Amino acid sequence: MDPRRGPLAVPKVRRVGFFTSIEPSPETPRPNRSLSGPAEAITSSSPLSDSPSGQFISPVQIPPSRHHSDNLASRAAPVPVPGPSAFRRQLANDRTLHVGSYNPVDSLLGTSPPSSNGEVSEDSGSLFGFQRSDSAKLSASFPNGGFDMTVAVRAPGESEAKVATASTSDGRKKNVEASGESESVATKPRKEKETRSLKEKTSKAERRAIQEAQRAAKAAAKGEGSKRAGESSRPKPSKPAKQPQPKKEAPQVTSSVSEKRAVSVEKERRMDVPQTQMQYDDKSRVDKAKRRSVVEQTESKNKVELFLHLPQYERGNQLPNLSSNIFTLDTIHHAVYKVGLQHLAGDIAGDNARCIAMLHAFQEAINDYTTPPMKDLTMDLTAKINGYVSFLIECRPLSMSMGNAIRFLKNQIRKLPVDLSEPEAKASLCSEIGRFIDEKILLADKVIVQHAVTKIRDGEVLLTYGFSCVVEMILLYAHEIGRKFRVVIVDSRPNLEGQKLLRRLVTRGLDCTYTHINAVSYIMGEVTRVFLGASSIFSNGTLYSKVGTACVAMVANAFSVPVIVCCEAYKFHERVLLDSICSNELGDPDAIANVPLRNNKKHSKTMDNNKNLQFLNLMYDSTPAEYISMIVTDYGMIPPTSIPVIVREYRREDLLL
Amino acid sequence: MPDVQSMVLEFVNKLRKRKIEGSQATARCTVELLRSVISHHRVPHANQASALIDAVKAVGGQLVAANPVELAVGNVVRRVLHIIREEDLSLATAAVAGLDLLDASDDDEDVNGKGIGYPAMSAAVVAAAARSTLRPPSLQTLLEGTPESATVPYTSSSGADSESKTADKSSITRKLKHDVIEGVNQLIHEIAGCHEQIAEQAVEHIHQNEVILTLGSSRTVLEFLCAAKEKKRSFRVFVAEGAPRYQGHLLAKELVARGLQTTVITDSAVFAMISRVNMVIIGAHAVMANGGVIGPVGVNMAALAAKKHAVPFVVLAGSHKLCPLYPHNPEVLLNELRSPSELLDFGEFSDCLDFGSGSGSPLLQVVNPTFDYVPPSLVSLFITDTGGHNPSYMYRLIADYYSADDLVM
Repeated sequence: MDPRRGPLAVPKVRRVGFFTSIEPSPETPRPNRSLSGPAEAITSSSPLSDSPSGQFISPVQIPPSRHHSDNLASRAAPVPVPGPSAFRRQLANDRTLHVGSYNPVDSLLGTSPPSSNGEVSEDSGSLFGFQRSDSAKLSASFPNGGFDMTVAVRAPGESEAKVATASTSDGRKKNVEASGESESVATKPRKEKETRSLKEKTSKAERRAIQEAQRAAKAAAKGEGSKRAGESSRPKPSKPAKQPQPKKEAPQVTSSVSEKRAVSVEKERRMDVPQTQMQYDDKSRVDKAKRRSVVEQTESKNKVELFLHLPQYERGNQLPNLSSNIFTLDTIHHAVYKVGLQHLAGDIAGDNARCIAMLHAFQEAINDYTTPPMKDLTMDLTAKINGYVSFLIECRPLSMSMGNAIRFLKNQIRKLPVDLSEPEAKASLCSEIGRFIDEKILLADKVIVQHAVTKIRDGEVLLTYGFSCVVEMILLYAHEIGRKFRVVIVDSRPNLEGQKLLRRLVTRGLDCTYTHINAVSYIMGEVTRVFLGASSIFSNGTLYSKVGTACVAMVANAFSVPVIVCCEAYKFHERVLLDSICSNELGDPDAIANVPLRNNKKHSKTMDNNKNLQFLNLMYDSTPAEYISMIVTDYGMIPPTSIPVIVREYRREDLLL
Repeated sequence: MPDVQSMVLEFVNKLRKRKIEGSQATARCTVELLRSVISHHRVPHANQASALIDAVKAVGGQLVAANPVELAVGNVVRRVLHIIREEDLSLATAAVAGLDLLDASDDDEDVNGKGIGYPAMSAAVVAAAARSTLRPPSLQTLLEGTPESATVPYTSSSGADSESKTADKSSITRKLKHDVIEGVNQLIHEIAGCHEQIAEQAVEHIHQNEVILTLGSSRTVLEFLCAAKEKKRSFRVFVAEGAPRYQGHLLAKELVARGLQTTVITDSAVFAMISRVNMVIIGAHAVMANGGVIGPVGVNMAALAAKKHAVPFVVLAGSHKLCPLYPHNPEVLLNELRSPSELLDFGEFSDCLDFGSGSGSPLLQVVNPTFDYVPPSLVSLFITDTGGHNPSYMYRLIADYYSADDLVM
């Protein structure tokens, strides 16, 4: 992670690891979204309006029907602070139709074939060649016929012939050609946009002048293509043709980018990471934070000494007060407030769900935002967001993925061009947030499912731990395409999330075995693969996930069972972590004290005031990289040693620039 | 002897219904039952030892069959058989003319006397028994394969043995039974006292400010930790709660009541916490001859984590837990699956557990094992009532307690 090595960064669209599927990378973007801005515009953008790179991810894959407003938003933030059951019910409804936790309609099979159909029908003549290359690429990405249906739907004979020959580089070249083709097809206004974005691109290029210069001339064409791909993921839509001048970081944008500057930028970026963890053993800081805080947490009486650096609160008792003053509060937007309370109450659990809920709340807050007179939008909005973030941290410490999302948002705000009117800026931000959710989370999940399902063969016994929505999607999808396998669900106290997964899988007809984490070494003998979800993966390959994951991975390792971790790339973090103590989150100690036993239910209660007895409810633990066989992410299937590669080189354009 | 028969049946039923929990309680009950079996057994004049052995074996077979997973039963039965053989051996080698002051009425009293309490009366016998227990098998007995044969050289016995060679038949009979019961009483005493024996060694192993992880609820561990606490060591204990039976909560409660700094963690946090732990101490359910340990479920996970972090993994086991068998696939064969209702609420998942739908087999299985097996490579140290031992030494230690003839019952 030496920042000085930054400028040597290699072309952006290289894929790492093994991969089986279509999209070169999910971050390659559905390009050009229309100016109108808000999230709806993105999702409903018609296939026609797609720019070249649209072929990678066909636009229909994010179908209009899945709408933030009607679907995700309502799920993530139902109107009254909803019980978990409401949340679950909604999901269950979704699932009756489709695979996947988030969004049904984007279940792989459901979407991709129609998408190609749609394109053919709408602009069949002009786009035919382009379409063909697309399908060739697609089918090439299913080497072992894993996705027979997909291939069947879209494969004319010749595309299948291409499968054999087409290497990835081939495919990429084709993309470039195809992009040219489709550009010519594009309508006038689109063309304009294209040129605009090109200009903007050059500014970006300046920013990375050194990198660009170092690129070989022969890579130029490729670089161009990839750059476009990378660039189009950025907020081009509402940008004017002029050079954007983010004011906060003017020095960066100036044409001469020295290495030194790159270092300083990177450092600044690091500072910029929202501090997910305050050191709670620092008295003065804690006091300061308390004075500011909205949420009054009662500190737990018996603190665990080893974890004094983490907040140790009793949960849940302050909720009534907080929910009553939701309308009287003016410093914090009500949407954010609601999400905060949901986090506090544990109604939203799971990293993706929490992150999506938070982003939607921010979207809403930005929509309702008006710049106070005499103030600057960029500065003021950043300050506002900071306030929201610290409120959310008070409610529950942020997960690493939420930190990444917040960093993304702040960068977007910082990058807003000066001469953008307020409504335009807001619209642009909202659409960027929407795009982040779509691409980095929802689409990434689909790509992961596609990759991971190739690792499931007939007759296997798959073990999973707790509840991970990606793993659930993988299992359901594998079941849907007819794989015969058995699932072992390992669960642990106090949350027993595995029961949720168990119920969902069993109702869908999967063969399940349920057990608790202590029995994992009993059951591991019959398991052939372990699928795990992740909360974050650090750049030393350490997996940071729900507590117990490390135990499962360790036992699997002892039994020589491969451990496959499924994690969206937006959750990768450039921090490093060695143990589970330094950075963690403590849950409610009462959850452990209350034992569901008939005879001695009371025993812990009576001991409550004994200062010798503590209950430690760890939420996360870190799994050393050596236990992980493979990480399935939206960039492909990689070993844990490749995490820093992704963090540094592939996500640079999202998070760092 | 209908009363003995009914006692046996009652105990068998208890074992079947898993009414007796814990290897110590089981061992105690078993040995007391065997004592009454022996004392009620009418010994023929000829070949009394083998008659006793047959009687004990018959009862022992029933007991072991009633709960084959509770290895302590088999261990105790084998110990009693061993005692009979040893007593017979020592009687046969030494004619005890001078010691025939005992009569039948004494014998009958022994039956009801719970006491372990008259060692002074036959100190010589006890000493001989103890000596023969600890004596390694001589090359000759190994070669001839007949431990009962009176081929042990006279010189190795005490002087009292060699002086008289003629013995009254009936007195030998009574003597044998008496000595056996004596030995069994000693075994009871030993089982009851193994906690203290083990706990005495606590100070040698626990230092100031230590952090100790334990799981499951074991009386031995409790006594061990408290003994260290009484010696003014201050240390902190992490207790894994041991879902789904939550024995850890019971242990934590006891520990706190005795003033130890105790932190209850979830079982899933074992790996996270092990890096800050200095020692893992667990109580075994049974120790196999290869040095493997059968313990409460979750132990293997803790042992693996301890190995990974180079944390010593210490197993406490009373001698009645030492099993002379070598395990094969113990995590399955020596395990016991408990009710799924401890894990899942039947009411919630009853529809999924339906056998009638679909292919006839339920989609949902719930696995709830009781025990876990830790291979010897993961164990750092055994602490038994005779001291600390390496896992590789266990087979030897076990050979002292059992005779090779009884391994297969």
